[in-house]
Amino acid sequence: MAQYETVIGLEVHVELKTRSKVFCDSTTEFGGDPNTHVCPVCLGLPGTLPVVNKTVVEYAIRAGLAINCSIAEFSKFDRKNYYYPDMPKNYQISQYDLPIALNGHLDIEVDGETRRIGITRLHMEEDTGKLVHQGTITTTPYSLVDYNRAGVPLIEIVSEPDLRSPEEARRYMEKLKAIMQYTGVSDCKMEEGSLRCDANISLRPASSTEFGTKTEIKNLNSFRALQRALAYEIERQTEVLEEGGRIVQETRTWDEGKGITLPLRSKEFAHDYRYLPDPDLVPMIIDREWVDDIRSSLPELPDDRRQRYIGEYGLPSYDAGILTDTKELADYFEDCVKAYPNPKVVSNWVMGDLTRLLNAGAVDITGCRIRPKQLASLLQLIDKGTISGKIAKTVFEEMFATGKEPEVIVKEKGLVQISDEGAIVAVVDKILADNPKSVEDFRAGKERALGFLVGQVMKATKGKANPDLVNRLLKEKLQ
Amino acid sequence: MQLFRLTAHELHDLLIKKEISAEELNLAVFDRIEAVEDRVKAYVTMTKERALEQARSVDRQINDGEKISPLAGIPVAIKDNMCIDGVRTTACSKILANFVPPYSATVVKRLDGAGAIMVGKTNCDEFAMGSSTENSAFFITRNPWDTERVPGGSSGGSAAVIAAGEAICSLGSDTGGSIRLPASFCGVVGLKPTYGAVSRYGLIAFASSLDQIGPFTRDVADCAAMLNVICGHDPLDSTSANYNMPDFTGFLKNDVQGLKIGVPREYMVEGIHPEVREAIEQALSLLEALGAHVEYTTLPHTEYALSTYYLIAPAEASSNLARYDGVRYGYRAEKADDVIDMFMKTRSEGFGSEVKRRIMLGTYALSAGYYDAYYLKALRVRTLIKQDFDRAFEKYDLLVSPVCPTTAFRIGEKTEDPLEMYLSDVCTISINLAGIPGMSIPGGFAQGMPVGLQLMGRHFDEGTLLRAAYTFEQNTDYHKAFPEL
Repeated sequence: MAQYETVIGLEVHVELKTRSKVFCDSTTEFGGDPNTHVCPVCLGLPGTLPVVNKTVVEYAIRAGLAINCSIAEFSKFDRKNYYYPDMPKNYQISQYDLPIALNGHLDIEVDGETRRIGITRLHMEEDTGKLVHQGTITTTPYSLVDYNRAGVPLIEIVSEPDLRSPEEARRYMEKLKAIMQYTGVSDCKMEEGSLRCDANISLRPASSTEFGTKTEIKNLNSFRALQRALAYEIERQTEVLEEGGRIVQETRTWDEGKGITLPLRSKEFAHDYRYLPDPDLVPMIIDREWVDDIRSSLPELPDDRRQRYIGEYGLPSYDAGILTDTKELADYFEDCVKAYPNPKVVSNWVMGDLTRLLNAGAVDITGCRIRPKQLASLLQLIDKGTISGKIAKTVFEEMFATGKEPEVIVKEKGLVQISDEGAIVAVVDKILADNPKSVEDFRAGKERALGFLVGQVMKATKGKANPDLVNRLLKEKLQ
Repeated sequence: MQLFRLTAHELHDLLIKKEISAEELNLAVFDRIEAVEDRVKAYVTMTKERALEQARSVDRQINDGEKISPLAGIPVAIKDNMCIDGVRTTACSKILANFVPPYSATVVKRLDGAGAIMVGKTNCDEFAMGSSTENSAFFITRNPWDTERVPGGSSGGSAAVIAAGEAICSLGSDTGGSIRLPASFCGVVGLKPTYGAVSRYGLIAFASSLDQIGPFTRDVADCAAMLNVICGHDPLDSTSANYNMPDFTGFLKNDVQGLKIGVPREYMVEGIHPEVREAIEQALSLLEALGAHVEYTTLPHTEYALSTYYLIAPAEASSNLARYDGVRYGYRAEKADDVIDMFMKTRSEGFGSEVKRRIMLGTYALSAGYYDAYYLKALRVRTLIKQDFDRAFEKYDLLVSPVCPTTAFRIGEKTEDPLEMYLSDVCTISINLAGIPGMSIPGGFAQGMPVGLQLMGRHFDEGTLLRAAYTFEQNTDYHKAFPEL
């Protein structure tokens, strides 16, 4: 099936974490009893008017700069007209032909290669409310509407059709999420809907430069869903083309449970949004000085941070990439390095044991009970010889589960390493006496026997004997 | 003394001299309403209790020796497309017949703050769409000068109450002539301020880029007093201008010496009633005699104004009125099969035919494939019309014309022919497209019905309109005429 090339473009909605909504002063706080985070303006009551929240424009500019867009000098809001009960005005205030930011890009790494993905535009718009069905949408006898989300500020980021595989799409999405979090414009919590994605996908013969007919896939609410849905859609479209069929241009929805995409509406029934410039809002002339101020206040972004980890910390590119993937993980890592200035050792722990435990417990780094200082203390205990590296793993798991200080755990469980030569010699002597066969083997030149004897000593001391000391003493006795 | 026949500034003098109380004044107006309202039918909702309570509060201020503002205690009527907190506000549509807003329009708050008394909400064409107030979902308002005739529209109720003595001042809104036409037909002073001079917050939108709130009064001095209260920047309306607002009463000077007045030829031709023409020409002669320079000029794109307006206004309206769907408030149709069916039934049953006509016009003008040819082209022509005025104002301080080629027409006379009805606005519509201020003042009579003289000025130059209007008024008696009811 390798004869087709996949072409993917993504439309990503990012919810901005301003305190108040985009056109009124109602709170943007997530949750709340239905219809309590509303006012006459975001409910679209007769006679009310929108006034743009300046912070929303600032965040949009910040996000635009972070993905290398140029910021428009002249921008305006338009009305996107369509009827749906979750829309208080039956139009959405959005931006049509003069978006706030244009022509950007971001770089992704796939299989060790860097790919530059073009970004067509970034525009601001308001979120809609939410329908609460009694059962499913087709069987519900009535539906309730909650307008708490109506008017929450969003930016929509539209990519060029530059992505070539579900893996790339996923990487792009992850990178975009990281950048948005780094800039502080959004929490990007997919489970709360503050990061959402629609995908356009088409296939074309590998040699072709023309685009095939695309489908749009909606309801991609996790990275996993994005990747699976695109993989499914490639399979489906390939099958249609192989059988000599034609792809129908349509909107499809991803059914997570069944693992398939289903048609939602075809192009013939596509909306005519009848865009018009919103006469209630005046066009914006974006002051260049303001843009420069925002540019100079941008925090370090993932790519720069990664380069710094390679240059300053001497970390391998791969490690640096994973550690800077999310701002939270990178911040955590750096806090550890501050308290324990050996980046490679910290990196091994963070990428190894810590990541494993986080994944196993489905915990986010922000919810991790081991604080950076505690990890540093643990590493210092190893350096001081108080515990062995092996015991440290046990202590680490205990720390992860309980959040206790490593010193406390070591003391409570009696895990202090035995570095008293006299105490170890006694054990060594006993082990040598109990295992004459192994002693003989070693002396006959079987090096492996030493390992067995070390293991026996460690076992007898419940792993607490200093392994270096055990090795040295055994070798001395066997000479 | 018939208090209801006086002006706000005359009543203010009586109030501060304690010759009358605010409560007495308001009771007098309510008595007048009781006496004539069944013949005029101007009010949709009365707010007598609220009014008398407010009046007593003004009286307490006077008795406590506090200085009161010029509109304190004055009975004011509000067109029913402006929200008053806790008072039913319908835009004279079935679809909002039960709507009670939990907030007040900025103009209402300002009038409240100035101590003005809200006596009630006045009838208008549904969603301010019309030129005769015959499109109200509730009833037809009649012209106090001849109750067989229309008061003009869409703010017919607000004009009629001033002519009939059912209020001292009132507010209307003007999207294509909706203040000036009824002011002309009812023989009162009406002013549409510059777009952006008055906040639209709380005004139920018809066409957002054209709508503007303005006052109806018995004379020009009262008009200036109203402007002093309602004009000024409002942070709740992005389109409200942040400018240095003058004291409008400072323009009330009996002097037009050297004022350059242009008369757009295009506003004086075809279909103009000979007696209307005669009244306007007499008015111009008077202004000339008082020292103004008057000459004919041209606004060459005038012939496109009506079609431009009937693309832009309905396009905006189709979007503005989309929110009336029965989901959150207002009328909801019963027995709908599903949500789409509920939308359709609600809107089919809730809107009147003129509103539906304009929603369809606007939806069509914005649709894919027609947008460039209609809406976008209309926006371009709008710029040309604006430029006509810019050029004229390089040469003239003021433009003068009739408000309407005819006087008030008979009830039912034009309801069968929407195009004929739209032609009533031929002299007023360009002013909204250009965003400039326009005013109608009593300019004479034709066959016993009032004729309005239209004054048009530069952006934010209401001052020149007031000065010319005041001078004209000081030298005529038209504004003193009072209809027999």
